This record gives sequence, structure tokens and C-alpha cells, in this order.
Amino acid sequence: MADGTMTAPGVSGSAKPAGDAMLAVQNLQAWYGESHILHGITFNVAAGEVVTLLGRNGAGKTSTLKSIMGIIGKRTGSIRFDGHDISRASSDKIARLGVAYCPEERGIFASLDVRENLMLPPEVRSGGLSLDQIFTLFPNLKERLRSQGTKLSGGEQQMLAIARILRTGARFLMLDEPTEGLAPVIIEQIGRTIARLKSEGFTILLVEQNFRFAATLADRFYVVEHGKIIDGFASSELQANMDKLHAYLGV
Amino acid sequence: MSINLQALSAQLLVGLINGSFYALLSLGLAVIFGMLNIINFAHGAVYMMGAFCAYFLLNIFGIGYWPALIIAPVLVGIFGMVMERTMLKWLAGLDNLYGLLLTFGLALIIQGVFQNYFGSSGLPYAIPDELQGGINLGFMFLPIYRGWVIVCSLVVCLATWYLIERTRLGAYLRAATENPTLVRAFGINVPRMITLTYGLGVGLAALAGVLSAPINQVRPLMGADLIIVVFAVVVIGGMGSIMGSIVTGFALGVIEGLTKYFYPEASNTVVFVLMVLVLLVKPTGLTGRAV
Repeated sequence: MADGTMTAPGVSGSAKPAGDAMLAVQNLQAWYGESHILHGITFNVAAGEVVTLLGRNGAGKTSTLKSIMGIIGKRTGSIRFDGHDISRASSDKIARLGVAYCPEERGIFASLDVRENLMLPPEVRSGGLSLDQIFTLFPNLKERLRSQGTKLSGGEQQMLAIARILRTGARFLMLDEPTEGLAPVIIEQIGRTIARLKSEGFTILLVEQNFRFAATLADRFYVVEHGKIIDGFASSELQANMDKLHAYLGV
Repeated sequence: MSINLQALSAQLLVGLINGSFYALLSLGLAVIFGMLNIINFAHGAVYMMGAFCAYFLLNIFGIGYWPALIIAPVLVGIFGMVMERTMLKWLAGLDNLYGLLLTFGLALIIQGVFQNYFGSSGLPYAIPDELQGGINLGFMFLPIYRGWVIVCSLVVCLATWYLIERTRLGAYLRAATENPTLVRAFGINVPRMITLTYGLGVGLAALAGVLSAPINQVRPLMGADLIIVVFAVVVIGGMGSIMGSIVTGFALGVIEGLTKYFYPEASNTVVFVLMVLVLLVKPTGLTGRAV
């Protein structure tokens, strides 16, 4: 490493969020059955921020989101969201506190049409996007309302997966690799959407392999490796950390 | 061979009646299997409990057929939900063989208890006054009660189909059948939904039990005899398809009736022969998805 000043996990000066943390994860450990996959994840996300978890395949990014959502086998450590301890809560309770989750595999239901998929997640707060606002954001969906959910293209399915959690009124979104396997023009549209959501005050925790995509959106980055946060920096420090980052991600 | 229209339509009617029960029961099995991944072998026992419930309501509390049509399915449905909460719940995530064994054991216990107190012979349950008598349709005589059973079962089946395929609640159910984890992560209380679904399936069986009480009498083993055929129906129609189980239920009842007319010797086996044929050609059943 060129500069040799490796920052302590998640605590380097500018890697701290500006205000109070909306989400604070401390020493999170998680298991799938017998296998220990997260080994002490510590990071936080402030209200209004876009924070990206970077890392190679299998580093533990998706497992981190799943642990926050409460849909992993077993977890220990502390997870605080909006003043609530959610480390032992069931996933439906966590969702009703205002955490919205868009899984990597998108989770579009084959036995539901597009409208039903869109209307599926119940409202957890008032002030969610109306259908009109959603159709302004994603005009494609309006034309496909009667189609079977899984008959949509990959890009449309991703839009649907994001759109349906915007309806719920949740202000904290966890998006797992929203650009995976999509065409550049669709990635651009999703990027614009995330930027717009940010400008409207949504807090977003993003998992991305596509570093170029994340670089344009995120306020801060954390690097996940072997189930731990090994580094973190703000987007203003991005240029200075480029070499390190290339080494972490192996790109 | 000349066709005796009167005898043929009489057998068709019997077929439709049996089909009504097949449809109500296999529909409940399909709903339960979709949501709980449990092959509910207690289905025949709860069908019998529905009939007994109507019998008790009448003979102990003086509550007649019409209220029993609602009360018995609700009570037996609640019994089912208690069963789910206290026992079936713990089998979530295990191979469905465990659920099959547990529900089979429960069925034996329930039937054994009823047999202990009521023996094996049938207890009478009268057709309600409003549905006595029959109508001469010209080509056949239709007892009103039998017509009512067919219509009632058809209406309930279609209403259940509508509830599951066309409403928001049904969308929750379909989605949770596909991916319960994600549906729960959207804030929906999936465990409660599972309990209610089991209650719904069991309630449908109990309703079939009440409907059959005036036709078949009330017997502890009435469900055990029926459920074997119903499972064959489910296998033919395919587990997990709502409309599939309704259509297959009625169709197989009719096929059985026709067989009784044209080749009575085969009437008890025709359903199983069809089951074998369907399994050879399409192992997931006519409308089923792979399990």
C-alpha cells in the first residue's frame, strides 16, 4: 500500500457521517447455518446520505443487508435504526419501522402481475410516492401493468423492484446491486432515479460491484472484505484512495 | 346398447355431488400445501369434525342447519389454527414428509377419539325443511338438497378462487407461497397469514362435512374413506393450483359417475387408474408446478 496509513474500520475522520446516524451497525456477526459469514461489521449511515458498500463477490455485502433486514440465519451485535434496536426484531417489524429492501435477485413474483407486484408491500408510513409519481419515474411500468411480473425485461424488473418500495413511505432504502446485468442505458436511468431520490431526502444504503456507478452517487464508501469493514472514506477522498481501492476490489 | 337417460343422469348427479366434495376438499389441500408446504393428511378428519360439529350443534344446542353452515367451519377452522400454532408451525423448513406424518398421526388420533365415543355406524342428520323434496326436470328427478350442495360448493369454490387470484389479500398469499422471506421483509406478518391459511383450508373441509351430513350421515370414518380419493384428485390436478383443483374435483366426480353407468365394475378404481396415467405422462399433475 502506497501511503501505508490504513484507517481503522469505519472510524477515519471524514468517514463519519455528518449528523446523527439513522442506521448504526456495531460488531455485526452473522451465520448461514454453520458457516460464519460476517465477522464484526461496523458502520453507519446518516439521514439523507447515500452510502455504498463495495467489495468483491462473497465479501459479505449482501449478507450485511440481509442481516439488517433480519432475514439471515443468526446474527449478533448491535443494529440501531432510527433509535430502535432492531438486532433481534423480526423482518416484518423492521420493515414497518421504515426499512425498505430491494434484493439482489429483485424478487419479482411470477404469480403476480405488475400491478399486484407494485401494490404488494403495505404502506408503513404516509408520504410514499403515489402511482402517478412512480409512473413519471418509470414510464415503462405503466404500459406493462397487466403483464406477469417475471415477463418484464431485466431492467423493467429492476425498476419494478425499486418502484414498489417507494410506494411504502419508507425513507431508508437498501438496494442490492441494482445495476447487475443491465444495459448501460438502463443503468443510467437507475442512476438518475437514485440521484433524484437522494435529492428528495431518501437515505440509501447501496451495495455495488459497479464502482463507476457508485462513485457518481455515493457520499461515502465502505470496503467489505471477508465479512469485515476494512476501510471507509468519503467521496471527496475518492481520488486519493483510488490505488488502494483498485487493490481491494482487484480491478 | 341403448342409453337409459334417467339412469345416466342419476349417476351424473351422484358424480357431481361427489365432485362437489372432491373440489372443496382438494381446494383446501392445495391452499394449505401452497402456503405451508404440508400435505395435510388430517383433512379427512377435519371434514368429519365439520359434520359432527353440525350434529352437536343441533342435538345439544338446538342450533339448526343454516347457522351450522357458518358456525361449524369457523369452530373447526379455529381448531385447525390451534393445531398449526402448537404443532405444524415447528415443522417449517423441514422436509414435507414430517408434516405428512404428523397430520396423518393427528387424523388417526382424532378419528380414534370419535370412534371411541360414537362407534362406526352413522348418526342421522335430517335435511333442513327448506331443502326437502325435489323437482322433476322431465328427464330426471332432482332432490333439492343435492342441487343445493352442488350450487353451494361451486359458489364457495369460485369465491375462494376469486379471493386468492383477484384480491389484495390473495396477492399476499400468492407472493408468500413463492417467497415468504421477502414478503415478510415487506412488513407483512407471514406467520399469522400461514395460520389463517391453514384455518381457511380446514374450514373449507369442515363446510364440506356439514354439507355432506344429511346425505352421507355422520360417521367417525366418513373422512378417512373420502380422503384417499381426494388425494388422488389432488395428484391428478396438480398440487398448488387453485382452479386446477376445483376443475379436477368436479371432473373426476363426473367421470366416476359416468363409469358407474357404463362400466360399474371400474367405478371405484377409475380415479386411481387415471392417477397412474397422469403421473406417467405428467408427474406434476395436469395443472401443477414442479414441487
